Amino acid sequence: MNYYKDISEIKFELENSPLMERIVELKERSFEDKDKYDEAPQDYADAMDTYDKVLDVVGDIVANVVAPNAEEVDAEGPHHENGRVRYASKTYENLAAMNQAGLSGMTMPRRYGGLNLPVTVYTAANEIVSAGDAGFENIWSLQDCIETLYCFGSEEQRQKYIPRVCKGETMSMDLTEPDAGSDLQSVMLKATFDEENNCWRLNGAKRFITNGDSDIHLVLARSEAGTRDGRGLSMFIYDKRDGGVDVRRIENKLGIHGSPTCELVYKNAKCELCGDRKLGLIKYVMSLMNGARLGIAAQSVGLSQAAYNEAVAYAKDRKQFGKAIIEFPAVQELISNIKARLDAGRALLYQTARYVDIYKALEDISRDRKLEPEERAELKKYSRLADAFTPLAKGMNSEYANQNGYDCIQVHGGSGFMLEYACQRIYRDARITSIYEGTTQLQVVAAIRYVTNGFYSQVIEEMEKDLPQPSLKGRESSPFKGELERVFAMAEKFNACTAAVKETGNQDTLDLCARHLYEMAADVIMCHLLMQNATKSPELFGESLRCYVRLAEAEVEKHNSWIKNTLGE
Amino acid sequence: MSLKIVVLAKQVPDTRNVGPDAMTPEGTVNRSALPAIFNPEDLNALEQALRLKDQFPGTTVTVLTMGPGRAAEVIREAMYRGADGGYLLTDRAFAGADTLATSYALATAIKHVCPDVDLIIGGRQAIDGDTAQVGPQVAEKLGLNQITYVEEIQTLSNSPLKGVNSGKEASPLRGGLEGSSLSITVKRHIDGGVETVESPLPCVLTVNGSAAPCRPRNVKRVMKYKRCLAPMELPQGTGFGDLPYAAEYEKKPYLKLGQLSCADVNADLQQCGLAGSPTKVKNVENIVFKAKESKVLTGSDDDVNGLIKELLASHTIG
Repeated sequence: MNYYKDISEIKFELENSPLMERIVELKERSFEDKDKYDEAPQDYADAMDTYDKVLDVVGDIVANVVAPNAEEVDAEGPHHENGRVRYASKTYENLAAMNQAGLSGMTMPRRYGGLNLPVTVYTAANEIVSAGDAGFENIWSLQDCIETLYCFGSEEQRQKYIPRVCKGETMSMDLTEPDAGSDLQSVMLKATFDEENNCWRLNGAKRFITNGDSDIHLVLARSEAGTRDGRGLSMFIYDKRDGGVDVRRIENKLGIHGSPTCELVYKNAKCELCGDRKLGLIKYVMSLMNGARLGIAAQSVGLSQAAYNEAVAYAKDRKQFGKAIIEFPAVQELISNIKARLDAGRALLYQTARYVDIYKALEDISRDRKLEPEERAELKKYSRLADAFTPLAKGMNSEYANQNGYDCIQVHGGSGFMLEYACQRIYRDARITSIYEGTTQLQVVAAIRYVTNGFYSQVIEEMEKDLPQPSLKGRESSPFKGELERVFAMAEKFNACTAAVKETGNQDTLDLCARHLYEMAADVIMCHLLMQNATKSPELFGESLRCYVRLAEAEVEKHNSWIKNTLGE
Repeated sequence: MSLKIVVLAKQVPDTRNVGPDAMTPEGTVNRSALPAIFNPEDLNALEQALRLKDQFPGTTVTVLTMGPGRAAEVIREAMYRGADGGYLLTDRAFAGADTLATSYALATAIKHVCPDVDLIIGGRQAIDGDTAQVGPQVAEKLGLNQITYVEEIQTLSNSPLKGVNSGKEASPLRGGLEGSSLSITVKRHIDGGVETVESPLPCVLTVNGSAAPCRPRNVKRVMKYKRCLAPMELPQGTGFGDLPYAAEYEKKPYLKLGQLSCADVNADLQQCGLAGSPTKVKNVENIVFKAKESKVLTGSDDDVNGLIKELLASHTIG
């Protein structure tokens, strides 16, 4: 078994985008490392081959180590001992395998010991690990906090911390406090400058910190005494080697048991300022959260894949009324719906990851040289696309993971309700995805301006123009002609609803309808992305497309009538 | 302290997931229907070697495998996990070898490429033949101690073992190492328990599947070594210069894997391949166990004594 090789859809997503060549070119800076590092690729084809081989290693470890350990890790959970965290015993086995394979600091430049992989490839790894154990994925994927330290830390901090993460030291982002959850502006953890020792000190508490006993923490704290809003917050790096932060308790959670969620106490803990004062929340945490949200989208897709695998395996094995239950249309519908949401959500995930890749790589180049005007335009374009797509990918995939986990248990019937099959863990693990790193409701808040300013409509219009058979005549011959026309009609409904809501000029009405408009936009965009995939590979995606368009059309109609009736009241 | 370690590895058809087309109508293994894999217990052996390398910097781990061109995949897989390099022992003359001819070829190659070897480690047995003979035969041919069914290497020490190994003939490898002060302590699996054994080096270990699993491939090493090729793997009539990324092979000599022919190691043709293989497979049969007549015995002294007498009479025991 191999969690990458056995799932052709992941490889398809990696290899079938016209953006990929540009991503590799930017990330490899025209292959300037090829004579400096033995492991650097020589050209595009070489890079793609390397990505394939890296994911093969990930898929192998997940199949042979992480997934087989998942049940035991879930049952044991982490331990709280003398103010520290001791992971479930098999978690150490998982971490050892990942570290021996060198799967840490995956996106970091080679000069710090990283693998210099695109976010898109890291995202695939993330999805694969999550399909094996979403709780372990949490610990492992916090490595991407290093991206924020790389972007905003000093060169000295980069040299001090990045190589350590590349060798497998773990990270955490210490943001939430008892009175500062979704509202991070209220963070009160105190940071004061210690003149005597020429360093910053942290005092206070944090709550719900994933992997809170990590080696390297990024901490959001109030550095400006007397302030009460986001402008008084700065970001700090806390190195566990310096001591001063203890774990007060570990939460007892519904799911992701493998991942310790900690309450932390800072007792005059020495730390370093990362970047500029006062930009902690408004700049750095926003960047941190965008990366983390893409991570949760990948975690959600992994969970959906796991739900699909478990549902299919059980439905083929279980016999009732003299045949396997997969033979019954009612069960088939459950399974095709899981697959449709999985494939549509995954298409959205990778499209988002590619947008992130292009803008991040350009941003990185801009640290070394001035960008050309066309590069600046490119950066702006993809940065906006990434910003608009990230909340869609996170919100929709996390809701899908929940639905898929639910349907997976449904396929198992009574056995699914017993704690014997993996589906119960998938169902519990999925529940957090639509909550942390911003609830679905907050994803809507992040996305709604792209509804009202017409950006999503513009994206959809461009997707319509980019169809492989743009002429009406050409569409006649498309195998998905029916679907195509229905997706056009869905887009029209989305535009009409948006216009109607905007016309009221009432902010409360907009807030009330926001979730519905958000989902309509996401449904149409996913239909298009899946259509692009199905056109290239009808055997892989044709069935999913047909099924997904049916689902999406019904959803869009539901939102349409909800909005109409709400406005009519 | 650093060691020279040779790991014996074999590419085998994956007989763990056998489908209906696994055998040809002639009764031989249908190799095209089964994926070729790194023999599982050879991976356990590699892990033991790599652990010594972790512990004693400067130690080299060289993989030796015999087979056709595609068997070089085993060397690459080992290098991805930490081996320094390897040799593909390949020649038409080696084809059709049984365990005797195989161990002759391997022993001859070791004498040739690594005469100062400290430790030879292989898996207990390969999943295609299941003989467990090759490791021990290599030890015999080299005149070395052998420890089979190894679970774990415990220590490596500088203290010489006294009075051990006196019964052995002098090994052809021992030349420079005669009186070597290194000794190794290993745990070996025996029926119902574990035995701790100590031996001077050089020696041969065969490792059990229950030993520690092999570490995963390291992705940086995969990136570095993925283009490694043995000459035998190149399309006929082409050289490294004809390959894509040909310049790379010039710049990075490690990309060309070692390859040895029969002549390269001065092997005696009569002892190689089919010619050197006394084993003849007459017939392969599928045996189904069926219950035959049975009798029930109690635990009484009379019954036990009766059974012992019966078994002695039938020469089952004694």
